[in-house]
Amino acid sequence: MSKVMIYGEIKGGKIKKTAFELASEGRKLADGLGGELSAVLMGAQAEQFASDLGRYGVDTVYVVEAPELEGYNSEYYAQALAQVIAEKKPEVVLLSHTMQGKDLAPRTAAKLGVATVADCVSFRLDGSTLVGKRPMYAGKCYAEWTAMASPQMFSARPNVLETAENAKAGAVEKIAFTVDSSRTTYSTKELSLDTSGKVDLTEAEIIVSGGRGMGGSDYTLLEEMASIFGPTATVGASRAAVDAGWRPHSDQVGQTGKTVTPNLYVACGISGSIQHLAGMGSSKVIVAINKDPEAPIFTKADYGIVSDLFKVVPEMNKELRALLAE
Amino acid sequence: MKSLVCLKQVPDTETQIKVNPDGTGIVTEGIKYVINPYDEFSVEEALRLKEKFKAGEVLILSIGPDRATEAIRTALAMGADKGIHISDESLNNSDPFVIAQALAAAAAQTEYDIIFCGHRAIDDDFGEAGAMLAELLKLPQVTLVTKVDIADDKTKAIVERDVEGGKETVEVPLPCVLTSQKGLNEPRYASLPGIMKAKKKPIDKKTAADLGISPEPKLRSNAYSMPPERTAGKKFEGMEPPDVAKAVVQALRNEAKVI
Ligand SMILES: Cc1cc2nc3c(=O)[nH]c(=O)nc-3n(C[C@H](O)[C@H](O)[C@H](O)COP(=O)(O)OP(=O)(O)OC[C@H]3O[C@@H](n4cnc5c(N)ncnc54)[C@H](O)[C@@H]3O)c2cc1C
Ligand SMILES: Nc1ncnc2c1ncn2[C@@H]1O[C@H](COP(=O)(O)O)[C@@H](O)[C@H]1O
Repeated sequence: MSKVMIYGEIKGGKIKKTAFELASEGRKLADGLGGELSAVLMGAQAEQFASDLGRYGVDTVYVVEAPELEGYNSEYYAQALAQVIAEKKPEVVLLSHTMQGKDLAPRTAAKLGVATVADCVSFRLDGSTLVGKRPMYAGKCYAEWTAMASPQMFSARPNVLETAENAKAGAVEKIAFTVDSSRTTYSTKELSLDTSGKVDLTEAEIIVSGGRGMGGSDYTLLEEMASIFGPTATVGASRAAVDAGWRPHSDQVGQTGKTVTPNLYVACGISGSIQHLAGMGSSKVIVAINKDPEAPIFTKADYGIVSDLFKVVPEMNKELRALLAE
Repeated sequence: MKSLVCLKQVPDTETQIKVNPDGTGIVTEGIKYVINPYDEFSVEEALRLKEKFKAGEVLILSIGPDRATEAIRTALAMGADKGIHISDESLNNSDPFVIAQALAAAAAQTEYDIIFCGHRAIDDDFGEAGAMLAELLKLPQVTLVTKVDIADDKTKAIVERDVEGGKETVEVPLPCVLTSQKGLNEPRYASLPGIMKAKKKPIDKKTAADLGISPEPKLRSNAYSMPPERTAGKKFEGMEPPDVAKAVVQALRNEAKVI
């Protein structure tokens, strides 16, 4: 009797950390509802991750294999996921609000005739009803959302739910699936992935961000800081920097860019416009480096450094390198 | 090339959002409304397709209260040809499934080669209606689109989309639903003659009954709240760069414990 089902995302042959976040949260919810926690994995490579999910509290792992599922495709994945949900009838389905989740969740939901409560930052049970708290207006306010139709589908923001080990069986059950090829879809011609292994902004634990104060497209100083912090850190930008062509659009943080929730956000040469603050205001700790003592970013920063970023960032990099090398 | 552009009117990004006293929603008085920025990219792309093919139509479809007419008018002033305004009390503050249902019903009453949505509306931040609309119309979806190239015979498109850590190029048969992402284009401003012309362009008003739908909400919201107020923390002024760097790095390790 699977009460809660999670979708475990596999990327580049590895299971994502967000799958463990969902499993940990799903375990708590399944216990609260008095039922099992299951997980869905797609593709022939998937079975190997069942034991990992078991470690984080998953009872049963449904593995769906089909040639069409070897690479992500919205229609095929949504068909497969909707089929498993229809067969196993979980009361609650959880996905991650990752780039793939944003594409998959709504299409799957529509196949099931429901909507997803997207991008939740916390969950609680109200009887057998799941309540998800989510930011709106890019974090300018929050609200609690519930699903009125079944299954109750939710997606969680990456990097906010805690992972907790809680060993369960992680037993594998293979699900037979044949694609409904009466539905047309796109075909992938080329996939060009940044091989630097850089995490996406929305999943980064540390973001070093640069604005107009960078004065040009040379972000070496910030990239250096991010690389000292390690693989969970990445570089972001304000819209001014993106519009100037210094950084790609995908780096933009803010209301019309990405809403981010890292543990640490370092804003360099960013004034702190309302649109930028909306996107990064939920960061756990904010450091601002700006030479204008009146810059609005200082009203939100935990640590404000009034100085020229080109003088301070190299010194910080030195300190960080020494500290983190220990 | 006939494009159908789904457009939502949303509060201007400059808006300071305030929650109402009983927490049932936000205070709407004094809000200035604009076209959802992602939907502006859609309007621009549709106009460019019409220009490229030297034929066709750009049709704007918006669901919203009376004020949404202004957003449609602005798109018409940018150069779109006509609008459909679905105005119905039962559709205000709807969830993305209900919206997608209404958009699908309205789309079924029109002709199109391609449909554009924004990848997300910056008010409710769901980012669902586009994919849902595609599913309900049984069409392929390509989300987070940054480049569109339509074949001369209009049977397929080569589209670039953002994926985690990179780009994906796909080939998609038409008709399909694309969701616009920043980077797709730079939207034009409405010109003065454009604004004059827009006044005479037709906007067709419809209700849920005209679309043959009776919306059943799938989601419900309450307990609106403001994020915890952030206040200014420690400010380091007038210090030598090496000293301030040391102080802040130490604080991040020992006080904030984030590194
Ligand atoms: C519809 C709409 C949507 C928008 N969406 C977004 C969004 O999603 N994200 C976003 O970021 N913006 C967004 N904006 C833009 C926003 O209004 C601001 O224009 C933008 O955030 C400013 O970027 P900035 O802080 O880098 O530049 P500025 O405001 O120009 O600030 C640059 C700062 O750098 C400081 N500085 C300069 N040189 C140095 C130095 N050597 N050392 C230290 N400090 C230095 C200056 O003192 C200044 O405070 C949006 C605007 C609109 C109209
Ligand atoms: N009320 C609406 N009227 C027309 N289109 C809408 C409406 N709501 C959402 N959309 C479309 O769906 C996209 C995604 O919206 P959402 O799922 O609400 O984030 C928007 O960018 C629009 O293209």
